[in-house]
Amino acid sequence: MSQPLLCVQNLVLTFPSDGGRIAVVDNVSLQIARGETLALVGESGCGKSLTALAIMRLLPKPGRIEASSRIEFDGRNLLTLSVPEMRAIRGGAIGMIFQEPMTSLNPVTTVGGQVLEAVLLHEKLARPAARERVIELLQMVGVPDPRARFFAYPHQLSGGLKQRVMIAMAMAMRPRLLIADEPTTALDATIRAQILQLLRQLSASTGTAVLLITHDFGVVNEIADRVAVMYAGMIVEEGTRGELLAQPRHPYARGLLKSIPRPEARGSKLEEIKGVVPRPGRWPPACRFAPRCGYAFDRCRVELPQRTAVTAAHGAWCHLVEYEVHA
Amino acid sequence: MTLLSADALLEVRGLKTSFPIRSGVLRRVRGAVRAVDGVDLTIYPGETLALVGESGCGKTTVGRSLLRLTEPTGGNIWLGGVNLTRLSRQAFKTYRQKMQIVMQDPGAALDPRLTVRDAIAEGMDAFGIGANAEARTQRVAELMCRVSLDPELMWRYPHEFSGGQRQRICIARALAVEPVLLICDEATSALDVSIQAQILNLLGELKAERGLTYLFITHDLGVVRYFADRVAVMYLGRIVELGKTERIFAEPMHPYTKALLASIPSLDPARRRVKPMALGDVPSPAHPPSGCHFHPRCSVRLDLCSQYEPPVVPLPDGLSRCVLAQESRAGEAGPAPASAAPGAAPTACQAGTPTREPRLD
Repeated sequence: MSQPLLCVQNLVLTFPSDGGRIAVVDNVSLQIARGETLALVGESGCGKSLTALAIMRLLPKPGRIEASSRIEFDGRNLLTLSVPEMRAIRGGAIGMIFQEPMTSLNPVTTVGGQVLEAVLLHEKLARPAARERVIELLQMVGVPDPRARFFAYPHQLSGGLKQRVMIAMAMAMRPRLLIADEPTTALDATIRAQILQLLRQLSASTGTAVLLITHDFGVVNEIADRVAVMYAGMIVEEGTRGELLAQPRHPYARGLLKSIPRPEARGSKLEEIKGVVPRPGRWPPACRFAPRCGYAFDRCRVELPQRTAVTAAHGAWCHLVEYEVHA
Repeated sequence: MTLLSADALLEVRGLKTSFPIRSGVLRRVRGAVRAVDGVDLTIYPGETLALVGESGCGKTTVGRSLLRLTEPTGGNIWLGGVNLTRLSRQAFKTYRQKMQIVMQDPGAALDPRLTVRDAIAEGMDAFGIGANAEARTQRVAELMCRVSLDPELMWRYPHEFSGGQRQRICIARALAVEPVLLICDEATSALDVSIQAQILNLLGELKAERGLTYLFITHDLGVVRYFADRVAVMYLGRIVELGKTERIFAEPMHPYTKALLASIPSLDPARRRVKPMALGDVPSPAHPPSGCHFHPRCSVRLDLCSQYEPPVVPLPDGLSRCVLAQESRAGEAGPAPASAAPGAAPTACQAGTPTREPRLD
């Protein structure tokens, strides 16, 4: 098997608090193959967005990536790169799009100008040729009438169009990895469907790998190849889309999938996950889900579970799954 | 005085709410955003009616207009036979107690300077419920227990609670004045999915216990399909389709409803099914397209759709505002149109024109 495009190992992110530094992301390891779409799923506060920011080395201060962590992209350790080297990777080999296209675009520059800037930064093109490339990019992401829209300002575009422009900017550098943090969360249903289809098409036609950060299993099912579920700063289960959605093994992943309102559940109660996600710093010492888990037993409260392989590509960090698999 | 009429709890006819567009130095009115443009709705006691649509379609304004939080510019609203739109603000207050709202962002809905006890008791104070402060505190404790909050925490402030807990506070606050109709405006949209399940279960239980009626305003069709009895689909200020939840999801009639349903991502790993069926973006409600508002995005539009207002086509369980629905109904044999006649079935919703003149007091 060839080397993965992105390999994150034992990522630990800490923030200072009263009693020293607390880890908000704890020992997270991920791999993304070339052209693959990995979805990192979890509820708010689980650390999924911070993981994505850390990969870009954009972790907000006073957050810190601890020394044990390794982030390798295409064979290079991103954590040892100089600031200019990292800047070349950011927006070059790794592109990023966010949830709020309105806050990511410059309100006083035309959208064409902004995409043009991105193109000129990374490609040695004469201005007219670069302009043609911008039009081509806007066309590729489905902006209608791109020649006219070149001169539009962000406030003149709808949310869906702004997200398309963001995607065009990210794709301008022909990235090998696109990090998409909740790219469709702020969009309406009919527009979300358009953007999901666009991301799927772009990834297939350009071979760009995608790290998708989301809380929505519907979005996961539409575009992911593999899925990793995070809870309280740790990955609790990972697997292929088919395996994880059809046969989740970790009680948290199962609870999360069951709590989604589905037509079959009409007239009956939804399955709840008891309680609330504990805040960082108040995480239980062993399995972090144990206090909310209906299946927890003594071992869950004293020993941190290790990964149990369910199949070759499917693993869960759960003592119960370990017993089930080895039974 | 009893507030409930025999069948309908709330009737809305021709509701219009518009916001002036001002521009220039003198802030002259240059036009209007017709956020709600002639909405008819009937809500029956004990049902959950979902009002769905994308952002800017006017669904939230409908909810706010019913409570006169935003003053409607036209139309009538009857609650149990009383025309609320003709009442003075003072007289309206009595009826306002019967209709409460739970909003999307519980952080913004709660006053940060009020303790949870005071936030929940505020409505009771306003409507003079409870003999004295002590009795109200007692009732706050009961309500907190009912929504699964520890009553010991009643002297704390909203910021000390999580999003899900704050939404429970908002629900307790709404229930404190014993409403008959609860308007839930995206009440679970800001919550994580596991917390959303808790709140939906709570709302379901409360409805069964207290015989509440819900107007459930949301953009989440998964929640609608799970929770609602009937669905009204809004697009740019108008209701384009209305019917029983099962029928809407099984046989949507309006092209916009079809596009909305096709955009729900599947959770079944065996199929990825999202099909973008609506072209382009939602137009601005300040400049709605001519004729049928949906025609520029519609994949099956006819020439006449851009020229004429679409007809309101009655269906056995509701209505569809599309010329194609009219054709497909005309194509059906004999009894179908007859069964669609207004007032045929007691459970049928009144489509288009009201079947009876709502009583005036």
